[in-house]
Amino acid sequence: MSSSQVTEASAHAHHDQHPDIEEMRLLGFWIYLMTDVMIFGTFFATYIVLKNSTNGGPDPANLFELGGVIASTFILLASSYTCGLAVLAMNKGRLRALLGWLAITALLGACFIGLEISEFAHLVNRGATMGTSAFLSAFYTLVGTHGLHVSLGLVWMVALMLQLAKRGITPVTKRKVQVISLFWHFLDVIWIFVFTVVYLMGVS
Amino acid sequence: MLESIKNWASDFFVTGDPLIYGADAAIVITLVAIVFGLTYFKKWGWLWRNWLTTVDHKKVGIMYILSAFLMMFRGGVDALLMRTQLAMPELQFLQPDHYNEIFTTHGVIMILFMAMPFMFGLFNVAVPLQLGARDVAYPFMNALSFWLFFAGAMLFNLSFVIGGSPDAGWLAYPPYSELMYNPGVGQDFYIWGIQISGIGSLMTGINFIVTILKLRAPGMKLMKMPMFSWSVLASCIAIIFSFPILTATLALLFLDRYGGAHFFTLDGGGNPMMYINLIWMWGHPEVYIIVLPAFGIFSEVVSTFSRKKLFGYKSMVYAMMIISILSFLVWAHHFFTMGSGANVNAFFALSTMVIAIPTGVKVFNWLFTMFRGRISFESPMLWTTGFIPCFVIGGMTGVLLSVAPADFQYHNSYFLIAHFHQVIIGGVVFGYFAGLYYWWPKLFGFKLNERIGKWAFWFWNIGFYLCFMPQYVLGLDGMTRRLVTYSWDKGWWGLNLVSSIGAGLMGIAFLFQVWQILHGIKHYRSNLDTTGDPWDGRTLEWSIPSPAPHYNFAVLPQVSDQDEWWEEKQRRQKEGYTAVAPEFSPIHMPNNSGIPIIMAGCWFLAGFGFVFHWLWLIIPGLAGVALCMLAHSFNYDTDHYIPVEDIKRTEASIWGAANL
Amino acid sequence: MKEKVIISLRRLAFLAMLVLLLPALSGCSSIAVLDPKGPIAAQQRDLMFLSTVLCAVVIVPVLILSAIIIWRYRDKADRKAAYTPNWAHSTKLEMIWWGIPIIIILALAIVTARATYALEPSKPLESKADVKPLTVQVTSLNWKWLFQYPEQGIASVNELKIPQGVPVRFEITADSPMNSFWIPQLGGQIYAMSGMAMTLYLQADETGQYWGSGANFTGTDFAKMFFDVHAVTAEEFMDWVEGVKQDSPKLTLDGYKQLAEPSASEKLTYSSFPEGLFEMTVTKYASSHHHGMSIHEGSAH
Repeated sequence: MSSSQVTEASAHAHHDQHPDIEEMRLLGFWIYLMTDVMIFGTFFATYIVLKNSTNGGPDPANLFELGGVIASTFILLASSYTCGLAVLAMNKGRLRALLGWLAITALLGACFIGLEISEFAHLVNRGATMGTSAFLSAFYTLVGTHGLHVSLGLVWMVALMLQLAKRGITPVTKRKVQVISLFWHFLDVIWIFVFTVVYLMGVS
Repeated sequence: MLESIKNWASDFFVTGDPLIYGADAAIVITLVAIVFGLTYFKKWGWLWRNWLTTVDHKKVGIMYILSAFLMMFRGGVDALLMRTQLAMPELQFLQPDHYNEIFTTHGVIMILFMAMPFMFGLFNVAVPLQLGARDVAYPFMNALSFWLFFAGAMLFNLSFVIGGSPDAGWLAYPPYSELMYNPGVGQDFYIWGIQISGIGSLMTGINFIVTILKLRAPGMKLMKMPMFSWSVLASCIAIIFSFPILTATLALLFLDRYGGAHFFTLDGGGNPMMYINLIWMWGHPEVYIIVLPAFGIFSEVVSTFSRKKLFGYKSMVYAMMIISILSFLVWAHHFFTMGSGANVNAFFALSTMVIAIPTGVKVFNWLFTMFRGRISFESPMLWTTGFIPCFVIGGMTGVLLSVAPADFQYHNSYFLIAHFHQVIIGGVVFGYFAGLYYWWPKLFGFKLNERIGKWAFWFWNIGFYLCFMPQYVLGLDGMTRRLVTYSWDKGWWGLNLVSSIGAGLMGIAFLFQVWQILHGIKHYRSNLDTTGDPWDGRTLEWSIPSPAPHYNFAVLPQVSDQDEWWEEKQRRQKEGYTAVAPEFSPIHMPNNSGIPIIMAGCWFLAGFGFVFHWLWLIIPGLAGVALCMLAHSFNYDTDHYIPVEDIKRTEASIWGAANL
Repeated sequence: MKEKVIISLRRLAFLAMLVLLLPALSGCSSIAVLDPKGPIAAQQRDLMFLSTVLCAVVIVPVLILSAIIIWRYRDKADRKAAYTPNWAHSTKLEMIWWGIPIIIILALAIVTARATYALEPSKPLESKADVKPLTVQVTSLNWKWLFQYPEQGIASVNELKIPQGVPVRFEITADSPMNSFWIPQLGGQIYAMSGMAMTLYLQADETGQYWGSGANFTGTDFAKMFFDVHAVTAEEFMDWVEGVKQDSPKLTLDGYKQLAEPSASEKLTYSSFPEGLFEMTVTKYASSHHHGMSIHEGSAH
């Protein structure tokens, strides 16, 4: 077997056996997102069942202040937008722009988390803790789970930026950026639901 | 000082019962023996390189099945202890609290740490080979799934010697499972053992869906896929939608117990009924998750051993998908007696009955696969013929239970116990045994002794009917589940005694199987499967040598028919057939990795920390998990190519150079 | 005529059950659920029989068919049966076995749906105009049952006395983990849950001694939650009430608290109980389910 045959065969094999290995990984992530939808779905259902079980403690109407929440909503929406810009930059092959947009996205995400932590601290100071009532247990769990996802996403994004800086835009890093951008948009959609179900419907 | 250490130790370790001291001693001796053996024979390196860090689906599958057998032993001993206690009225063999722990661990272990890994083991063993693939879609994640399961199982079993076992039943209904009634750590072991292994199950679900969708051999359309792979797809779809609910629900229970939350507590506005709803939204699909692959196995086995195409392939596929979806619409039939009103009960009663339709269709299709076939009764087929009557009757009692107003009388009684053991042993366990015997030669390259297998089969079957048929009657006579004992005047002792004898026979049956395996290993040279196709099989896994080389297929097969290998054999017998010399090309394979086992170890530590509220262990544990993830993310050296020369050498050593 | 059909159906059903529940079935009369002593249990048993027959219509032929097929088509040297390795599809046949289960399940569904409404546990029992239902308030405690007779003003533990032929309205709650209240010979069970009062109507048609149990696991001495059920004549019931009123101690609030402590208990009777004890037990847990007081009164929900 001549060497040209080998390369041809190996290229063929690559094509044949691994129908776009990175695309396959992306599909797996989509399925993972489905499972996460189920987890959030369970927490949403729990929240809706328990939101009136205030146990004599505060209820949504006198607990939530929409101002801060609207601000963090816009921050997260903006971060979703910048995340989109990052992917666009990547598709054009512009590494520096990609890194820049990712950094801005992460920064906005960090602001969101900061606001959430300060909101939680504020609530706890007012005596509204996890143990106060079933409503508050469900509230902290639902919103906190979202926050935990965003925080993990931040760590992941930083790790990815390091990899990008080292390796540039390759099929592998490209897929990783696509995955995290999917994750980020997903969390944005979840937040829209949190905002609507918990905050808007809570204060109205 | 000494005194306080002593006090701590007597709280920390489970004490008091001679049975437990005996078990402790046995565990320690076994561990020491294993460590000594590995060191003495200098096998640590071999173990690490070939097994602990492997990402080969076949080896992962073997480890799953081995663990499942270990767990079956533990769960089986639990069962025998229970049946001994119940053999006669008013026995004092087990104290109530001990008995409560045993029925809890029996249930959890048999479903989550026996049936699930057994099933995943068979997925791993068979699916990539059937599809003509070289591995699963995500081999690294596959190994991680196994090790997470293993860490979860070990954590759960640790409760036996440290801290105390859970005792709130296999589904841990609150408020009994809440701190108020259950302050010990057993329930926390329960939560974290299941949680950690549950993450593994979820990942396996994702892994096999993608494998099936993306890695089928060229030409294998979905509607030409072997039925077992279809059943795996149906099962995995149910996994990805139901296991997250379990994860979320147990997380809530954990927050109740650890964080003072009020999801399911009696105070603070909690709602225990919500837990019961949520846990069954997972729990019911779970039943179908484990039984669907058994259906797939029976389909393969019936067709292979009747030497006939599977009857009604399309019907089978539709039936399986319908079952997978319907399994999400029936959860409330587990608590008709909650008083949700006639509307709710009627809905769930009817949706439950509807599942009987596709299930019934499958039975007819199996029967008509055998009809005008040429049935031979090697082990796999034997288990299938044992399955049919057992499952048909068990399925029927299931329909009886779905009649909501009648269920008020069956519920929580031994009638229910008999029903679900009949479908789970008769359906799931018999199915997995059939699968194990069927794929055993493919896995290990030798066949097992049929004679010992027959003994095991008959002991299992006779034991089963002796054990569980009386329980239907006991249930109708008002005996409720989870009773530690009963009085003479109830008149239940005769049937209970028969039932206990039956359980003992099943215990003996298990010993026969262990013997069969040991016997097989000892005499493997005389039972070698040199053809790679010991049963005259129909699907692709039988077209390659036994055991399969680590790259599975030297050349990826081109598929044109439903029973591709069977058709290929027909083609080869036709005149004018000329064999084409295989053209090899380098094979792309994943690298081994130590990260899965280390990450699972970190989860184990974190879980143990959560159980005892030890922050100093939780934080390093979780940090270790995070580091492992990052390490994997930063590792770009994840795969390699097997050069053509190596493939040629391997193939030649298997088939003999002349045949290449 | 109709009755005859029902009787013969029932016999057939019994036969089917006998076959299926083979071992040691020493006659129906000794098996609690199959030997009902009240209208609810009787209807439930009939329903069980009917559903068994409906299922058996398919199951028995399937079992016979599988035995025949497995025997006839086994592989042996001088076999004469046909062998058609590629025959794998027949629309007609598949229509049949999608059809048969559909028909059977349809029939069973109609029966079940009707029975579900007819036997809804909270539905009052029909009785003669002059018979007023008796109310018994049931509380599941760890690990004993407390029965309060609000109309008679007495209470008992682990012993339930009811007049024969009178519908009994049970109101059931728990001051313990969830339990299930079950008297097999009188009718099906219902959960005893904290914070809720479940209603269950039962009636004993014959005088006699029956027993009930807690059917849902509640912990250590769960197995000691059996209780005696005596169905007696109206006069005997009155006598019993009088006797309890005269001879038994009172159940005080403190006494109840002691009773609620985790332990098994003997049979006890009380000549009175604190007013509103049952309602208190229910609301103790129920209050937190509803809207509590908010920080600002009158805020919208």
